[in-house]
Amino acid sequence: MTDATAAMNAVPATASRKNVRYKSPTVRGRLPVLILFLPPALLLFTVFVILPMGEAAWYSLYRWNGYGTPTQFVGLRNFEVLFNNAAFSRALINNGIIILVSVILQIPLALWLAMMLAHRIAGVVAFRLIFFLPYVLADVAAGLIWRFVYDGDYGLVAAVAGFFGVATPYVLADRSLAIYAVLAVIIWKYFGFHMMLFIAGLQAVDRSVLEAAEIDGATGWQKFRYVTLPLLGSTVRLSIFFAVIGSLQLFDLVMPLTGGGPSNSTQTMVTFLYTYGVTRMQVGLGSAVGVVLFVICVTLAFGYKRIFMRHD
Amino acid sequence: MLERGSAPLRAARLSAIAAVAGMALLFDANHASADTVVKWLHLETVPAYVKMWEDIAAKYESEHAGVDIQLQFLENEAFKAKLPTLLQSDDAPHFFYSWGGGVLKQQSETGALMDLTEAMRADGGAWEKSYNPAALKGFTFDDRIYAVPFKMGTISFFYNKELFQKGGVKAEDIKTWDDFLTAVKTLKEAGITPIAGGGGDKWPLHFYWSYLVMRNGGQQVFEDAKNNEGEGFLQPAIIKAGEQLAELGKLEPFQGGYLGANWPQTLGLFGDGKAAMILSFENTEATQRANSGDGKGLAAENIGRFAFPAVEGGAGAATDTLGGLNGWAVSKNAPPEALDFLRYLTNAENERLMASVGMIVPAAAGAEDGVTNPLVRASADQLAASTWHQNYFDQDLGPSVGRVVNDASVEIVSGQMSSEEGARMIQDARELE
Repeated sequence: MTDATAAMNAVPATASRKNVRYKSPTVRGRLPVLILFLPPALLLFTVFVILPMGEAAWYSLYRWNGYGTPTQFVGLRNFEVLFNNAAFSRALINNGIIILVSVILQIPLALWLAMMLAHRIAGVVAFRLIFFLPYVLADVAAGLIWRFVYDGDYGLVAAVAGFFGVATPYVLADRSLAIYAVLAVIIWKYFGFHMMLFIAGLQAVDRSVLEAAEIDGATGWQKFRYVTLPLLGSTVRLSIFFAVIGSLQLFDLVMPLTGGGPSNSTQTMVTFLYTYGVTRMQVGLGSAVGVVLFVICVTLAFGYKRIFMRHD
Repeated sequence: MLERGSAPLRAARLSAIAAVAGMALLFDANHASADTVVKWLHLETVPAYVKMWEDIAAKYESEHAGVDIQLQFLENEAFKAKLPTLLQSDDAPHFFYSWGGGVLKQQSETGALMDLTEAMRADGGAWEKSYNPAALKGFTFDDRIYAVPFKMGTISFFYNKELFQKGGVKAEDIKTWDDFLTAVKTLKEAGITPIAGGGGDKWPLHFYWSYLVMRNGGQQVFEDAKNNEGEGFLQPAIIKAGEQLAELGKLEPFQGGYLGANWPQTLGLFGDGKAAMILSFENTEATQRANSGDGKGLAAENIGRFAFPAVEGGAGAATDTLGGLNGWAVSKNAPPEALDFLRYLTNAENERLMASVGMIVPAAAGAEDGVTNPLVRASADQLAASTWHQNYFDQDLGPSVGRVVNDASVEIVSGQMSSEEGARMIQDARELE
């Protein structure tokens, strides 16, 4: 999503300004380069990021069906409707659950696998490839594949249930189960990405420190807890950052799986935006969701960077 | 997921893409200049029907040099979701499928559509007169015509004769809603899934709520609700309809996992003989075949049909019908060739041809005799005898209220919401309009 990109780009910008001041003698020499290369990027960023954000904020104050120009000003009515909407509350809760599961289950899983696959042993590349494959797959394709897997009549789940002679669960049609089914797919889809980050991070861990710990008689767990994990800190923090922002923007995996149903039980903020804003042609309400999502993303991104990634 | 590339690099990549796209456009334009392209957006899934359209288009093209008719397809739900954006883009289809009602009205009010009134009424209304007046009426708002009528339809129950016999149920005995509930119970006891239901798409289940509202309340109640008069959707007859729907839901009449099933899956289930009944469109015989596992589905002689049962003490007549009225809406930038082709496509001869394969109940006057398929014929007859023909609620009420009706229907039948809560939700959406 564009708003999160904005949040992320804003941070390095301050850093580069510091750089420029430090190297001020060379600024004059760089000026032509800046004039030549900055405008295209700036223009694209303004046209495709800043403007749509401003437009969304403006639309969110109107009742508008998406045709022509908005004329019916309703103030903050859209936000009022939004926060009184049970499906939106459910979406907020679901986004919270997805973040929690991503951080508590997915990242430790990815880290564990990375620890095993960071060594140069036979077959390791194949395993890395296999674990990374789901991430390479398009989200919609993954969603469709899992819709078949979960299918209670013809799917893998049905076959397994049939083998054990139990009644087939229709997981995606079950209000209490569907969200877990979606969570499982999310973990399956993205753990490989975090695993790759960790493998890269692990390769940067200084072997000599580990050896020193070994000589000091550290156990495997102690080596992990007191050497590897602290040295991997910045990667873990980055990984969590990606997981949180990615979780907030989750959409294309959920749509083919459940479309937010049954009874809105798997709605996320973005699927809610699509279902209630786009398909019902209530662009004002949809924009209000966009604004709320933007505020949450920006707050989380900046807050997280300030608190946890200060030294990275 | 989030990817960060350096902005200049992204810019370079973008401009490269733009350049390639530009070249492609250039070539495309060269190609198009030879022909006037007419873009036709449809959502037909039956291959034989699409083939028939392609043939009609090819015939037209051969008679009109320089016209290139291009069929474009979008799946039903995707079509509804994408259309608003598509209509406002430069890539708008020249004509597209419409269900009339509030959705078409809203589109017409935005100026995205071509007003067809003048064209239809030219030459003393020659074109206008070629259609069934009832069909044309559904596409007319404030005496302006906004779509070319294509077909009419009615929603009714289709049943698997074999399964009915196996379960000991006779279709002739199902006259009232209570009879229907009894039949569901009997089938269930015989170990047969009584009804195939598409709760994932939601609208297939809104037919039940709609019909019950019509049977309980009659036309006046629905019109009042639609126009937000009196108690609107909270009228007693509408609440009662919801309660009856909840009663059906309590019997668990649908297949396992019906809340996740989309419409093609639902038709497929019926076609595979795994459910005894389906509340569906007039062309069900063909669509169940197309969506069945083996591509053959149920044999025509194994499918029976009966009208939605009456409700005892209800104000609506058993002869009132809920159903479609479909046409082709024309976007405002469509070339004249699009209109000419539409007139050709929906003339009596072509409508008769389409009716003869069970595709449609024609909207063109004088094409009714083309309906030879007995099941479609039965639908056409019911339609001809209709005392009140009501467009699908979700289309008639417009996109925002209509979708809430779909939501409420699913919630009520699955026991998540009481009838009052469902009606309240719809009424709230109506008052927000």
